[in-house]
This record gives sequence, C-alpha cells and structure tokens, in this order.
Amino acid sequence: MSLSTASLESERYDDAGPRFAGHPVVFDCSGALFFPALSLLVVSDLHLERGAAHARRGFFVPPYDTARQLASLSAVIARYRPARVVSLGDNFHDRVGAREMADDHRAALSALAAGREWVWINGNHDPDGVFGLPGRVFDEWTIEGLTFRHEPSRGGSAEICGHLHPSATLNRPGKSVRRPCFATDGNRLILPAFATTRGGLDLRHKAFAGLFDRAALTVHMLGPDRVYALPFAALAG
Amino acid sequence: MNETETLPERFRRWFATKGWQPRPHQLDLLRRAGGGEDMLLIAPTGAGKTLAGFLPSLADLDARGSQKPGTRPRGVHTLYISPLKALAVDIARNLEQPVTESGLAITMETRTGDTPQAKRQRQRLKPPDILLTTPEQLALLLAGKDADRFFEDLRFVIFDELHSLVTSKRGHLLSLGLARLRRLRPELTAIGLSATVSDPMELQRWLVAQTGEVDAPHAGLITVFGGARPEITILKTSQRIPWSGHSARYAAPDIYAELKRRRMTLIFVNTRSQAEIVFQELWSINDDNLPIALHHGSLDVGQRRKVEAAMAAGKLSAVVATSTLDLGIDWGDIDLVMHIGAPKGASRLAQRIGRANHRMDEPSRAILVPANRFEVMECQAALDANYVGAQDSPPIGDGALDVLAQHVLGMACAGPFDADLLFDEVRSALPYHGLSRETFLRVVDFVATGGYALRTYERYAKIRKTADGLYRLTHPDFARQYRLNLGTIVEMPMLKIRLVRPGKRGGPLRGGAVLGEVEEYFIEMLRPGDTFLFAGKVLRFEGIRENECMASAAFDSDPKIPAYAGGKFPLSTFLADGVRAMLDDEERRKALPASVREWLSLQAAQSHLPKRGELLVETFPLENRFYMVAYPFEGRLAHQTLGMLLTRRLERAGAQPTGFVSTDYSIAIWGLKDIGAMLASGVLDLKALFDEDMLGDDLEAWLDESYMLKRTFRACATIAGLIERRYPGKEKTGRQMTVSADLIYDVLRSHEPDHILLQATRADAASGLLDIARLGTMLQRIKGHLTHYRLKRVSPLAVPVLLEIGRESVNGGAGEAVLREAVDELAAALEVAEDEDARHERQDETGA
Repeated sequence: MSLSTASLESERYDDAGPRFAGHPVVFDCSGALFFPALSLLVVSDLHLERGAAHARRGFFVPPYDTARQLASLSAVIARYRPARVVSLGDNFHDRVGAREMADDHRAALSALAAGREWVWINGNHDPDGVFGLPGRVFDEWTIEGLTFRHEPSRGGSAEICGHLHPSATLNRPGKSVRRPCFATDGNRLILPAFATTRGGLDLRHKAFAGLFDRAALTVHMLGPDRVYALPFAALAG
Repeated sequence: MNETETLPERFRRWFATKGWQPRPHQLDLLRRAGGGEDMLLIAPTGAGKTLAGFLPSLADLDARGSQKPGTRPRGVHTLYISPLKALAVDIARNLEQPVTESGLAITMETRTGDTPQAKRQRQRLKPPDILLTTPEQLALLLAGKDADRFFEDLRFVIFDELHSLVTSKRGHLLSLGLARLRRLRPELTAIGLSATVSDPMELQRWLVAQTGEVDAPHAGLITVFGGARPEITILKTSQRIPWSGHSARYAAPDIYAELKRRRMTLIFVNTRSQAEIVFQELWSINDDNLPIALHHGSLDVGQRRKVEAAMAAGKLSAVVATSTLDLGIDWGDIDLVMHIGAPKGASRLAQRIGRANHRMDEPSRAILVPANRFEVMECQAALDANYVGAQDSPPIGDGALDVLAQHVLGMACAGPFDADLLFDEVRSALPYHGLSRETFLRVVDFVATGGYALRTYERYAKIRKTADGLYRLTHPDFARQYRLNLGTIVEMPMLKIRLVRPGKRGGPLRGGAVLGEVEEYFIEMLRPGDTFLFAGKVLRFEGIRENECMASAAFDSDPKIPAYAGGKFPLSTFLADGVRAMLDDEERRKALPASVREWLSLQAAQSHLPKRGELLVETFPLENRFYMVAYPFEGRLAHQTLGMLLTRRLERAGAQPTGFVSTDYSIAIWGLKDIGAMLASGVLDLKALFDEDMLGDDLEAWLDESYMLKRTFRACATIAGLIERRYPGKEKTGRQMTVSADLIYDVLRSHEPDHILLQATRADAASGLLDIARLGTMLQRIKGHLTHYRLKRVSPLAVPVLLEIGRESVNGGAGEAVLREAVDELAAALEVAEDEDARHERQDETGA
C-alpha cells in the first residue's frame, strides 16, 4: 500500500518542482521535508519532552509541548502518508526524555510509526538514542545517495541535516520579517526545527560559515499555510 | 520632656562640640520610636532626616553597652534598607562621623550586590551592629537557614526614601520581608523616612502589620514642614530649539555658561544615552577644561565610585547623571541642578532639585532645559502651574503574585513552613492584605509544581507537603536556584562593552578594559563598523563575542548610530492637560521662545492647532508611505498601546499599516495605503477607528500577541522562577530567554488562560506598562471631538514624531504581504530575465 501511495504522490509533484540531489522534494510549512519518489518524510529537532526536561531542573514550563509536537507530527504524516520517516536528531530534549515519557504519548508515537519504516538519528541532546519506541537508531543514515545526520559535516555531499534551527530575515523598506526556514545550496539541506513558527538561528550567524555556497543558497521561509522560496541574496533587499 | 532626658549624654556632647542643636523632630522621633512606636518621618531634604532616623537606634546601642568578652556574638541590632547601593554606601560614610566622634563603640557595615563573597560569609558569622543594605539582600538573608539567629537581636529597621522603596514589585518583596522580620521579632520597631508625599497614610500603614483588632493599623507620623521653595527657571537661550530629540545638544553652550558661574552643578538627564550625548557635547566645548564627569548605571562600578568620591571631595565642576544619582545622596556643595528634558513627574523633579543646596532655609536653584519644542511647552506648563512644589503619591498597588511566588520559595529555603501561618504572615503586609486564601494556595501550588491542570510535574516538585503538614524544599539545589534568581528587577538583557584594538587585517581582536554595559537590543541594531556613543567616547562596533560587545575607539566626532533616547517616564496627566491648554491659548503661547512660537503659527497656517478638548488627526503622504498622525498628549506608554490597537484596526480595514512610532505627545502610523483617502471617501470611519470599544475585543486580541505583554510575562516568569535568570555555567543571552518565554506565554494562553502567572501578567500590564486606564479616559474625552486634516505634506507639528527612532513593527498580515511581494517581485524579475534570454537567443539565431 505504501508503494502505491508513493507513486501517487510522485505523480502530483511534476518535474518543474524543486529538487535536491536529483530527487523531487516538497518543503512543508510545518518544517517537514518530503521526498515523494522515495515516500520519505524528514523531520528535525522535535525536542520531545522539552517541558519535562526543564521541570527536572526545577523550571516548571508548561507540560503541553510533547502533545503538541505529536499532533503536528500526526498531521504531517496524515498529509503525506510516507512509507518512511526520518527524525534528524534532538528527537528528545534530553537523554532521559525517551525513558521518562508518559505512557499515552509513547503509545501515540508508536501508533504513528506503525506500518512504516522509522529512523531515529541521534542528536547532541539525545546522543544515547531512543528507548522503548519503534524504529531503528543511527548516528548517520544513507539512502539513494542521500546522507542524513544531525549536525552538518564540514565536507559531505547530498547531506540533509538539522541541529542549527536556521531562520532567515527578509528586509524590505519599513519592514523586516524573520522566519524559520529550510536552507539549501543544492549540496546540503538544513531543516528548521519541526513545527516552530519563529525563533531559530539567523543564517548570517557564524555557525553557518562555510556550510553553504552563498551564491547558490536558497531559503524556504515558513508561513502559516505556505513556504516562501527566496534566494539568500534577495533577502537583504 | 526636655532634651536632656531624651538624648544620651554622649550625643548631647557631640551636638555641642559641633555647635549644633538637635532639631525637635529628631528628638521627637527618638522619644517615640525609642519607646517602641513604629514611626514615619516626613521631611524635606536637608532636615537631618538620616541622623534623625538613626538616633533611636544609636541611643539604644549606647544603652546596651559593649559586649562581654567570651559571650556569643550578637546578631544585627539595626537594619537600614535603602533603594540604592550607592545610598547605603553613602549613608554609612555619613554616619561614620557622629558615631566615631561621639565615641560610640559599634560596628557598622554595608552589604550590597557588590560586597565580596568572603565579607558576606563573615557577616553571617559575626554580624555588625548596624547593617546597611538593599531590599534584595534582605530577601537573601531571610531565605538563609540561619535567618532566625542572624536577626535574633534585631531592634530597629529603618527604611530610607520609603516613598520610593514601596513602589513597584521591589516594594512588594520588601513588604513581605518586613512581614517576615516581624514574625521573627514581634517587638521590632520600624522607622520610615520619606520625602513629602500627598497622602502619608499609605506609607504609615505599610510600616506596620495589617492585623489585629484595630482597623487599618498605621505608624505614627512626624512631619517637618518648611524648606524654602526652589527657584526654578527655564534655560534662556538664543539658539533655535530643535523639533525633536532628547539630547538638548543645542543648549550645550548655554549650559556650559551656567557651569562656569557655579561651584558644582548636577546635570540630570532621563536616560543613559542622553547622559552620554550631553557629556560629550559639554566636553567638545570645554575650553576651560572644567572637571566634568559622567555617572550612569551602565558604567563600571569602579568608574562610578571614582566619580562619587571626586564629587564628595568637591573636585568636580559638573556631573552629568541619570537616576543612579537620584536618591537622597548628600553630596554637599552642589549649588545648581540642571534638568535636561521635561519634568514628566513631579516627585522625581522635586527630588532631583532637592539635591541643590542642602541647607534647608536657602532656596534650591534649578534650571530646566527642554530638549525639544514640545518639551518647552511642558516645562512652561509645569512652571505656570507651580507644579514642582506638588508631590505625587507613591502607588503601592496590589501585591504582585510573581513576587509572592518568589517569596514563598525563599521562605521554604529558610525552613519548613506551615501554609496557614505563612498566609497570615503574608497578609499582614499591606500590598497583600487583600489576598485571598485560594489565590495564596494557587501560588504555593505554582511554586511546588508549576500549578498546571495536568499534574505532570508532581514527581519533580520543588516543595512538598510532608507528613507533619509542613511544606519542605525537596532538594537543597533549589535553594541555590532561588538565590541565583532572586530579585524583582528584570533588566533588559545587557551586554558588556569591551574596548578592543582591532587586530591587523582581520586578525584576532585584542581585548582591553570593560567600559560598562549596554542593552542587547541596541547592539542588535549595529553592524560592524557602525559608530556609537558610550562612556563619553565614540566607539566603533567590531562584533559580539559570547556575552561581550567588542568595540574599538573611533576617531569620528559624530557617532553614526544615535542611541535610542526616548524619555523613559510618561508625561503626567496633569502636565499633558497643561500643554493642550497652552496650544489652545494665544496669550500663553506668547510667553514661549520665538522658535517655538513660529513653529506653532506655521502649524496653524498649514494645518490646525488642536483645541484643548479636541483630538487632531492628520494624514499625509511622505516618500513612498502614507501617514496618519494623532496628538493625544497622553504619554508614550498610552500611545504605544493606542498605536498597537489602531494598527490592528487599520490592518483589518485593509490600510496595510507597516509601523508606528509614539512620543509623549503624539503618535504616527504609516502604511502602504492612503489612510487620508480612505477617511475622506468614507471607507474608513474616524469615529469608529478611535471608538472606545477598541479596549474590548481588540485589546484582548492584541494582548494575546502583544510584544509588550510578552515582555511583561518574561519579567513575571523570571521573578516567579518559571524561567531562569542565570544559572552557573549556563548563562543564557537575553535573546534566548525571550524566545523561550514567548513560547511559554503562547502555550499558556491557549492551554491555561487562567494560569496564575497570566493573571499576574495581565494585572501588571493593565496597571503599568500599557497605561490602559489613561487610554480609556482619553478615548472617552475625545468622543465627538475628532478633527481630521488631510494634508498634501507633513505638518510642522508632525515633524517631531517622524524624527523619532525606535519603531515597533507590526506583526500579522503585513508580514505575509511583504513575503508574498518579495516572491512575486522575484518571479516577475525572473520572467523579464527569461524574456531577455529568449530575445538574446532569438537574436543569436537570427545573427547566425
């Protein structure tokens, strides 16, 4: 069934659409990336159990973040019905997050993973992998010439990663707009943190130095119901 | 009772050697407070208030005699609380003289945020007889496990500048501290010292426990009248007064001429950046090399101390200072106070003018220096109304719940507590007198686990009720966390400024001295190479490294980026009305300087001078935008709120507003559509636009996403301990903290709109930051008195607001519109390029 879905989806995304390393891609406004031909959905930096991680240190931030992330994840999975899901690391906000997760959330996440291949990439927040959840755990994973990892490597090609939570600022007279974004120069693609509508690290920050060919860099800025694609060079205005 | 009976022998002798007479109020206070009555002393500056406040304590210490050898060290006998570190230090210095000269063998020490850790530890083990400190330090001491022992011999607590201590959340925290002190030492005597206030009863009540049989229990009152009226004038100048700005650059030569005539002048300004500019301007014309110094809160402590010492020694000719020098510091020989900018609030101005000439019977001299034309009118209105002698009453307000949360955790750090007893104690503090038990328990629950409907965090609770019914801290780490997050002042995030020498050809920067701190938002506006003013120097911004801003000395005489210099304090309602009245009164306008008069007649000719009860609204195009400017004269805070609400409405009406800016006097909104045309054609209705109903749904809706409310929430969340202020080794930058606080805020709004912290935030915002009450009164007042002028170009009256910086951008629809446009533009450009390519190709073909 998942195969037929894949072919169905790939028909919908014709040749004119954006591509990465030769594969057609869809930039979703949730911050997820979809490869229709591979029926592969990529999300990054879910930071599940962030609230609990703070609470363990005595800062009782609201406990609704995990439920909200799972709802967003469920919605994007329902939209694309992917055969495979890759979560690009910082899946949990801290090492013990996966272990201490409430039972109903664990069940919801397991249900989402049921019937599809699920890959967890380890992040710097959760380097020890996930526990008690379906899916395989990797530091780095490759498929069809694509490499998936948490932090961008210095070399590498056709690399898809997260970690940096990129954002871009569009400057126009009298107005500037800052949004989380996908950033790609065709060789590397960095995803924004999943389901966030603001914040992030500006692409001009030194952490991005050397990662992209600036001349070829395109940003896909997240809006509430669409993604705005702009060349990096066009942001300054 | 005569003086000989009241005043101990050694002090009588001391007064005699000085050739002084103890003043009646000093003896009166000694008698009554010495007899155990809580007292409030109200006296003008120069009345010997401080000595009066300490006499009961000194007399008691004298009677107590010295300690017998071999006995356990005594606890603190007298606690002195001042709103400023510098004041505590200064009072200690002033008190040194009578104590030493009268031969009283007591120990006296200060304890502030600057006190080294080793000294603080020693103070805990061997407390001084008199401890001079700040509200925050008191909270820290009370949260210690040894608080009971430390305060076991406490007899007196003296609150200096009480009128300024009781306001704001800091006052709330202090009132809770006093309640705890009373619980530890029920026989404690409280003495409040205050400048003149219109209603002292609130202060009298604040000083005593609000419990017992008596209705509204209050402290005794001693009032010292008198003090000569200050002589206040407006600076005479032949210069043209500028349209806008706060720097008063134009006045530098006239200010300088005044300095030369005086022994020592204090030049007060409202903001740090004003201080910088005025200081630089004066030095640029300082041909006589007068010793002129700078003093503001962002400067390094060492630098500030140097200036203070030089002042005390009379070595300076002038000091340019912000509110860091505001309170009660007795610097002796100042014979003139100049005040840059408009008066804004009376207490403040009176306080500052009080600095001049500390002899009560001679009038203080002060000169107001309006920085722009609106301020000229404001200053004139203040003088016309004899405003400066009047006094605002300090607003105490209902006790803030975030402060209570902090205090509850602090009390748990001190030891296990019984919720009922703590509730009684808290309610004995005036600001919390009306607190309900239910709300109190919700605060306790918040401290324990965050107070969420989902009981997710029970297992991580910070405090927990144990079998004996007492709440206990669950882990000692939380006591450390409390200490690190303590305090009610949540500053704008600051960055240290380090002076560096740029490395050669992109090499590493070489670090030098730290010059002080500056707001992070200001640095965010800068690009490397931009120059700005700090610590009296023009600096070149090099970059940010960790939590430091690297800057090198620039040799430009003019900084490129002016610091944001808006007045921090809103125009008082009273003065606002005075300015409106003046605009409407031809006779009174005649008294104004020529440049201001010309400006107003130009306005009358080109647009309209608003009548006293009228709201003038002007619309005009400028460059590629359309503007709407209104003149409510209600102060920047109220205008800020009005601006946010109006832009919402304009956005809904399709006017595509993209920003607004407000001053104390007016507000300007700009957008992509011609608002004037929309008003003229009836697409937009002015009456509806300014209708009071904006304070209903629009306000609610705006509050949901308002930046100001988020900032308020950030402060509440920090004070309440929901987010961390700082944590060892994990210093967050303010920006990161803001982001996470924003997220928390949104989540709470959607999941638990009644959460105790949102309650605290709304209460805060409504009363302080947003000035909603004032906005409401204004909207009512202008109903049916709106006048719209549709102009071809900017009006004279509109120029000042347009020249302001510090714009708040509008979020929402316009953001998406800008993004859409950028993408469309790009698509169009690509099409053109493709057409061109195609044409070239065709040409190539035909050419071939």
